[in-house]
Amino acid sequence: MKLKIKDVNFSYGSRPALESVTLSIKEGEIVSLVGPNGSGKTTLLKCINRILKLQKGTVLVEEKDISKLKLKELAKILSYVPQSVSHSLPSTVFEIVLIGRKPHLDWNVSSRDKEIVLNILSLMGLKEMVLRQSNELSGGEFQKVLIARALAQEPQVLLLDEPTSNLDLKHQLDVLNLITSIVKEKNIAAIMAMHDLNLASRFSDKMIFLNGGKIYDAGKPETVLTARNIRKVYGVEAIVNENAGYIHIIPIASVSEG
Amino acid sequence: MKHSLEEAEEIYVKLTSGKILFILGVLIGIVAIAFIAVYIGAANLSVKEVFDTIVAKMFPFMGAESSKIATAIVWKARLPRIVMAIIAGAGLAVSGAAMQGTMKNPLVSPYTIGIVSAAAFGASIAMVLGAGLVGSGRYLVIMNAFLFGVLDAFLIYGIARIRGVTAETLILAGIALMFLFSGLTSFLQYVASEEELAAVVHWMFGSLCGTRWEDVYVAGAIFLSCLPLLMKYSWDLNAMALGDEIAITSGVDTTRVRIYSLVLATLITSGIICFTGIIAFVGIVAPHIVRLIIGGDHRFLLPCSCGLGALLLLVADTIGRTIVAPIIIPVGIIFSFIGVPFFLYLVLTKRKEYWR
Repeated sequence: MKLKIKDVNFSYGSRPALESVTLSIKEGEIVSLVGPNGSGKTTLLKCINRILKLQKGTVLVEEKDISKLKLKELAKILSYVPQSVSHSLPSTVFEIVLIGRKPHLDWNVSSRDKEIVLNILSLMGLKEMVLRQSNELSGGEFQKVLIARALAQEPQVLLLDEPTSNLDLKHQLDVLNLITSIVKEKNIAAIMAMHDLNLASRFSDKMIFLNGGKIYDAGKPETVLTARNIRKVYGVEAIVNENAGYIHIIPIASVSEG
Repeated sequence: MKHSLEEAEEIYVKLTSGKILFILGVLIGIVAIAFIAVYIGAANLSVKEVFDTIVAKMFPFMGAESSKIATAIVWKARLPRIVMAIIAGAGLAVSGAAMQGTMKNPLVSPYTIGIVSAAAFGASIAMVLGAGLVGSGRYLVIMNAFLFGVLDAFLIYGIARIRGVTAETLILAGIALMFLFSGLTSFLQYVASEEELAAVVHWMFGSLCGTRWEDVYVAGAIFLSCLPLLMKYSWDLNAMALGDEIAITSGVDTTRVRIYSLVLATLITSGIICFTGIIAFVGIVAPHIVRLIIGGDHRFLLPCSCGLGALLLLVADTIGRTIVAPIIIPVGIIFSFIGVPFFLYLVLTKRKEYWR
């Protein structure tokens, strides 16, 4: 198991955000967290990467208890793509992706570090803009740079928060294809918070429906992505179709709770 | 993939060679201006006299001869002042650069978060009330200024801790304290006698007049011992520029880095301004210019800020000393005159922008 989460609880003040969440992810697996706004997707990711402090439960990355690891040790096996990042102190694309190598280096940048950075940039199709400033990039380009940075960290577990939110149709497919191929090839695990159910079902081995901080349902996309689940979790009446081998959701109407 | 390795090296060289050239250029500039500065001044000494005087003291075995007057002018008046300008420029600039990095805000400096006004208040207490913890006379003022500067950092930390040490809480606490200490200083100025008021105002101009070697040693020792510790955080600051979430998941203990660099920057700043008075703007201008020219990698940004800060302050002081000689204009004033237009020119003409 790459990632094991056992009975995790977290609350902001008195408002519970996660309640006894338990799940595990194997090597080579991509898991999507889906659910409405405020259902705990981002909170769960932040509990796994220690941005938030676990209040109850355990998280094991590669069988190691994250609360007992040094931040730097954790950073060597786990990396994170946040939803948004500020540009207040801009840098070049190469330098930003190079920060992904930080957990692995002390001061000097080895040729291997530079090579890893460049390889990832070419895989992501960003090679032409290595010397561009981050604040001169489009939203989509910058999101790809942040994903490249997280991949340069060479993690065993990759956490992504809405990795496709700023990307156009083509780049959504490209980025998720790339993440899939890296996960399968290197036999690592990825867990991503997603809003787009069609994309999530297409690119994940497992989907987890979060609702009000609890796991409502989990399993293979074709078994859990049902009209009933969408209605219960999102409060939306939807038709679930299959088209050309891909699951396709057509939302019909918003319905009141129940 | 041999090909990509070479290419990666090439890109890296492209990225770094400009930065290395920049620091070399600045270092050469400092040496050149220092030579000019030691040569020009109220007393007319020839280049040879100045040169001999320096050689005679530094390398006595070479048998260079120098007059007593020349020795006094060069070694007692000009050199300590020049060295202090270099230390002060370097120290204030690197403090600003480090604070901007930890707080992800290009407008933060030892001035904005109140260290300078706290030091001014400490100095004013000594000058107006004659009160202080350590020393007497000149040293009472210096020690008070230093201790209050450091006190400001502790107060900021104490206030910020209540809600968690983030960039926002540190900046807000710092700004509040800046206004508090400015107000307190104004109050002291209000109750001070004419003479005391003049002393306070003069201190607040920020001047390198009357710098002694022992001042240089103290400020220099603090600066040189804190600088490597600050430099050690370069990679952490690089990660923090992308926000705390990326920094933490890159293995950075952001709270620790914030507190330590705040303390180090405060020690450097207080160690300088307790001798010189308020010289503040260099802490924003120098790092800004360096960011515009070489970018935000703190491994280069911190040393380059040191170099550029030193160069700018040395130039400003040399101009202040000579432009209407024999009257000496305090460096703090001159710096605003030449620093601000230069800074605005760069900000307005360079294509990169920070506030998006």
